[in-house]
Amino acid sequence: MKITVNGEKITLEKAVTVEELLVVTHAETPEYVTVQINDEFVDRSDFTDKLVNDGDTVEYLYFMGGGSL
Amino acid sequence: MNLTNEQMQRYSRHIILKEVGGKGQKKLLSSKVLIIGTGGLGAPAAMFLAAAGIGNIGLVDFDTVELSNLQRQIIHFTDDVDKPKVQSGRETINKMNPDVNVTTYEEIITAANIKDIIKDKDYDFIIDGTDNFPAKFLINDACVMLQKPFSHAGIIRFKGQTMTYLPGKGPCYRCVFQTPPPADAVPTCKQAGVLGVMGGIIGTIQATEAIKYVLGIGSLLNSYLLTYDALNMEFRKIKIPHNHKCGVCGDHPTITELIDYDQPQCEFKR
Ligand SMILES: [Zn+2]
Repeated sequence: MKITVNGEKITLEKAVTVEELLVVTHAETPEYVTVQINDEFVDRSDFTDKLVNDGDTVEYLYFMGGGSL
Repeated sequence: MNLTNEQMQRYSRHIILKEVGGKGQKKLLSSKVLIIGTGGLGAPAAMFLAAAGIGNIGLVDFDTVELSNLQRQIIHFTDDVDKPKVQSGRETINKMNPDVNVTTYEEIITAANIKDIIKDKDYDFIIDGTDNFPAKFLINDACVMLQKPFSHAGIIRFKGQTMTYLPGKGPCYRCVFQTPPPADAVPTCKQAGVLGVMGGIIGTIQATEAIKYVLGIGSLLNSYLLTYDALNMEFRKIKIPHNHKCGVCGDHPTITELIDYDQPQCEFKR
């Protein structure tokens, strides 16, 4: 199946959960990333169950703190 | 208020724009923007807002200028090392544009003072140029509670992000990031480094948002997170929804008082 992650098209052998996707796509600090699928937030508590489907658009939104110092 | 001859010259490149004109320039001159943090993001934001003739600029920072700041915090100069940043920032702005009234707040923002600072001049727009998550959540929650628009931003290494909160028009910062990460769970600029220009690019976008808001032109980054990757020279504008479960602006807010998160300010003194 083909999905889009952070604007990049990727192909996966089979459907994966959000948690698995974070691993295979090497998400940075996966414990703190916000995940959005097709313009909707996914609850962190659903990461282990929620399946990513063919054609889905996934975005990882990362904490970015710097600025002042 | 009429523009003086000197102002007609100073702002001529604005005035010639049909979206600005003399009328828009007068709006800018009577507007009030608060910049929290005069560092990597706040410094360039403050300078462009001052040059644009934002008539009232508030600067909030508790810190003093250090040599290691000068690689990116362009409002401060070598002679300013050890000066309070708000004083250094005020001096640069005064030299650049005498039309701008600068108000300084040399303090750390907390749940106890942030609303008073915002209400002090009833600022029209707030720029978050802070470096730490407790401050970012505090600014967000205060702006949501006071129904004030603000621009969030963060920079690290070769990356940056920014979004704009407009009351009732899209998500707030907490809609996207529910709660601050634990201290040291995600790297800060000090630990990870940052390319000096990152604040220039992202801070200038924040200034652009403030100017557009005051003028009422164009579309803002409400409902979008703009991310920038300098290494790949890539901007992405990611649509983000309002989060109905948001603790501060959702359907049933659980956060009704400001929170001082129990997380130290970044360690940076040496
Ligand atoms: Zn919210």
